[in-house]
Amino acid sequence: MKKTHIIALLVIAVAVAIIITTAGDASSYVTFDQASQMASSGNTKSIHVVGSLKKDEAGQITGMESSADKLSFSFVLVDDNSKEQKVYYNEPMPPDFTKSEKVVVIGHYDRDIFIAEKILLKCPSKYQDNKLKNV
Amino acid sequence: MHLLIGNLGHFFVIASFVTALFTFFIYVKAVRSQDLVEQKQWLENGRVGFYLHTFSVLGIIFALFSIIYNHYFEYHYAYSHSSLHLPGQYMVSCFWEGQEGSFLLWMFWQAILGLILIRTQKTWEGPVMSVFALVQAFLTSMILGVVIPGLELKIGSSPFVLLRDAMSDSIFISNPEFIPADGKGLNPLLQNYWMVIHPPTLFLGFAVTLVPFSFCIAGLWYKKYFEWIKPALPWGLFAGVVLGVGILMGGYWAYETLSFGGYWNWDPVENAVYVPWLILIAAIHVMMLYKTTKSGLRISMVLAISVFILILYSTFLTRSGILGEASVHSFTDLGLSGQLLIYLFVFTVGAIALMAVRWKEIPSTEKEIATWSKEFWIFLGIATLCLMGFQVLVPTSFPVWNKFVGMFGVSSNIATPANQVEFYSRLQLWFAVVVAFLSGMAQFFWWKRIDGTNWKKEILLPVLLSLLVSLIIINIFSIYTVTFGILMWAGVFIIGSNLRVLILSFRKNPSISGGGITHVGVGLMLIGILFSSGYSKIVSLNNTGLLISKQMSTDFNRENLLLFINQPQNMGDYELEFLGERYEASDKNIYIKKHELEFTDDPYKMVAKTDIAVNNKNYFKTADTVLINPENTFYEIALRKDGSEETILYPRVQMNPSMGTLSSPDIMRGVSKDLYTHVSAPMDKNVEPEWSKLEEIRVKIGQQFFVNDYVAVLTDVRPVKSVAGFEIGDENVAAQATITIKGEHSDYIAKPIFLIRDALSNASVAYLPEEVADLGAKITLVNIHPNEQEFTLGINTRQKDWVIIKAMEKPFINILWLGTGLLAIGFGVAMVRRFKEM
Repeated sequence: MKKTHIIALLVIAVAVAIIITTAGDASSYVTFDQASQMASSGNTKSIHVVGSLKKDEAGQITGMESSADKLSFSFVLVDDNSKEQKVYYNEPMPPDFTKSEKVVVIGHYDRDIFIAEKILLKCPSKYQDNKLKNV
Repeated sequence: MHLLIGNLGHFFVIASFVTALFTFFIYVKAVRSQDLVEQKQWLENGRVGFYLHTFSVLGIIFALFSIIYNHYFEYHYAYSHSSLHLPGQYMVSCFWEGQEGSFLLWMFWQAILGLILIRTQKTWEGPVMSVFALVQAFLTSMILGVVIPGLELKIGSSPFVLLRDAMSDSIFISNPEFIPADGKGLNPLLQNYWMVIHPPTLFLGFAVTLVPFSFCIAGLWYKKYFEWIKPALPWGLFAGVVLGVGILMGGYWAYETLSFGGYWNWDPVENAVYVPWLILIAAIHVMMLYKTTKSGLRISMVLAISVFILILYSTFLTRSGILGEASVHSFTDLGLSGQLLIYLFVFTVGAIALMAVRWKEIPSTEKEIATWSKEFWIFLGIATLCLMGFQVLVPTSFPVWNKFVGMFGVSSNIATPANQVEFYSRLQLWFAVVVAFLSGMAQFFWWKRIDGTNWKKEILLPVLLSLLVSLIIINIFSIYTVTFGILMWAGVFIIGSNLRVLILSFRKNPSISGGGITHVGVGLMLIGILFSSGYSKIVSLNNTGLLISKQMSTDFNRENLLLFINQPQNMGDYELEFLGERYEASDKNIYIKKHELEFTDDPYKMVAKTDIAVNNKNYFKTADTVLINPENTFYEIALRKDGSEETILYPRVQMNPSMGTLSSPDIMRGVSKDLYTHVSAPMDKNVEPEWSKLEEIRVKIGQQFFVNDYVAVLTDVRPVKSVAGFEIGDENVAAQATITIKGEHSDYIAKPIFLIRDALSNASVAYLPEEVADLGAKITLVNIHPNEQEFTLGINTRQKDWVIIKAMEKPFINILWLGTGLLAIGFGVAMVRRFKEM
């Protein structure tokens, strides 16, 4: 066997190893029900849940609480299956949090509360808007 | 309504598309024609076609820029990306904030490159320009904005769409001629000088990768299998430096502007340009290798093609909306996914097919590669670079995979690992170590014959020497982590080995020292990254020991500090004190206390309430107009160490009503470390705070009293003729009290007003209280008792102003920027050399 072939084989082997480890480390988009099942079966891996903030009939966001020193806060997120879940975030409330249309929380369950390690906000109004302002 | 300029722009868009297609067909004819005279004519026609195309592209740019510059808000592009108050230099950023404008920028660079190639590459003109024209045709199709009748198929998204056609707002039904008075403004993040130069640099990089690709295709087409490398190599180097600098500019912008706390976040959008750059670096190396050793031809071709295909793939990723839930800052979907996919497929399939047809004919060396040869080490390096790119590409493509298998009815919901920074860095670090060692090795083999007899002196010695040096550094800076220790060794090795080569080559001929300089730069970058990311630490730790929530079982690291105004707070070795909110005088570059300014009708103009001096220099007199940007609030925070003031930080929060709130850090730069501070949560001034119940006191002039625990004195009460700039007229009576309050650092003046309307007939009383925001107090003049010469004042108090900040220490980040500079210089030297060889 030529050395080039050995190098080629080695490259393929590493590439396969990369795919396998990546698949092993990969997180997934799930609903709160799936996330809580995963947590109760002992799977502590962080997962992504997509949802929107809970709003009352008047369109006001409800269920949001900041800690006394405002350094952390919790809120209620409604996932795509309309399941409501209290989410706790150990950081100050991100600016524009209340304006966001969609929230992606990345984290895990701790008993009944979902602990978010990271929050991604999707504010469609940020870039595209179908309504004029102040008209 | 300025319809002419839009129609002109649209005409140029169509013209540029038609001329690009025309040029493509003519140049293809030229390549296929056997007759030399005929070929010359075709080439001449092709050239004219490309000139016309370039003219049209410039026409589009002119039209779009005049729409932005003249604030024609009847156009959607101007309305959604610009506003009246946008400073001139950021008009340019508006231009490419939108997808259409950034496509234009890309087209512009490619047109310019095409013109240069027409002038300089006579032998390659036909096939190279065919590829160029086809790429331009695809790009122009993205902004075509034409609907094919009958099919209802929309091709491209035009930047010249009128607002009334783009939006469904009801106002346009009642009044089609309606033009909004102001635009929505530029995303505040992009109002930064780096955003003026970063996109053009990056898109120039994108554009230049087309050059080696076109030469490679031309080589395959003409069956000139190795001749293409010579003209392609300098352009490859040019692409390498421009793309690399462009990427790092983006990183530097993120470091300065975003509050992510770093220059690199492994966001899919960042990855999408990082991967092609790595492959480009691999391609450059193998092309250089081919020039000296005549091996690696096929790999050169595969890599040169891959780079361009990856650029197209990253364009697809960032612009099709497919990254929607995975990235924080990709473009929105303009409905171009189909077109982008076709663009990607045409070039991928075309290039692969052409390679497959010619594969057997491409000369390849059958000789065995010796372990003691430069080929061996460079091939290993190239393989590592490719794998390094592959490792990033796989998770970045997850959203594509989900969509792809979804089309076959399989549901897939894989997402990038939750902690993406850690996930990527962990493996990328090892790849970087291997690349560093291999490039150090390859340099030895490149410049010297090394075999079994001299390898101890030539290789083992430097390896051990660098180990010794790195052990010393490791001990000085206490880098007691195995991975970081090894990374340090790799960094020292690549710097050491290349410095040696650099000295040798510089003595021989400075023009060949490019490689050495670049590699030293890479080594410095590795060390800079090691320190700044591995040893960056959060210093704003909350040591108050207060519990947040009893529900929480785990105790968390609390990494933010709540600062109340004028209350010093300890942070590590430092003492911090929040001194209040400031506006920046737009043309003076000074920060002014908010309470020293008064609002006017124009939010961008304020009036000075007192004389304003900064550092004993007078800037404004009372009643002077001060130009400010009301969106920007700066938080003045004094930083003291051992009792003496180190610096004053002004982290910024930008509040744009339609774009949202953004926080930018202020960085205290030092040689050995940067202190990086940003506002993680500002106080929302739009929400009415909770005031305490009104507390009334009766005082005489000159009498002292307390306001929210501050000593205050009523200095004066006098009648006034105007209130808030308006004459009140003879039928009304107003009295204004002046109260001086002693704050921690300066005196504050409050001037509440007591107003009697229609004093002569049915009198009614109105109160105009004044708030002293810094002290959290509001004072009302409640009543006047002329007989006792006393006045009743009402005092409300609230929680004092606060701000929450996060601060990080980034050690030796300057080594990273220094390394980047060297990398760029090295590339430049190598490029000049290769252009001269051409």
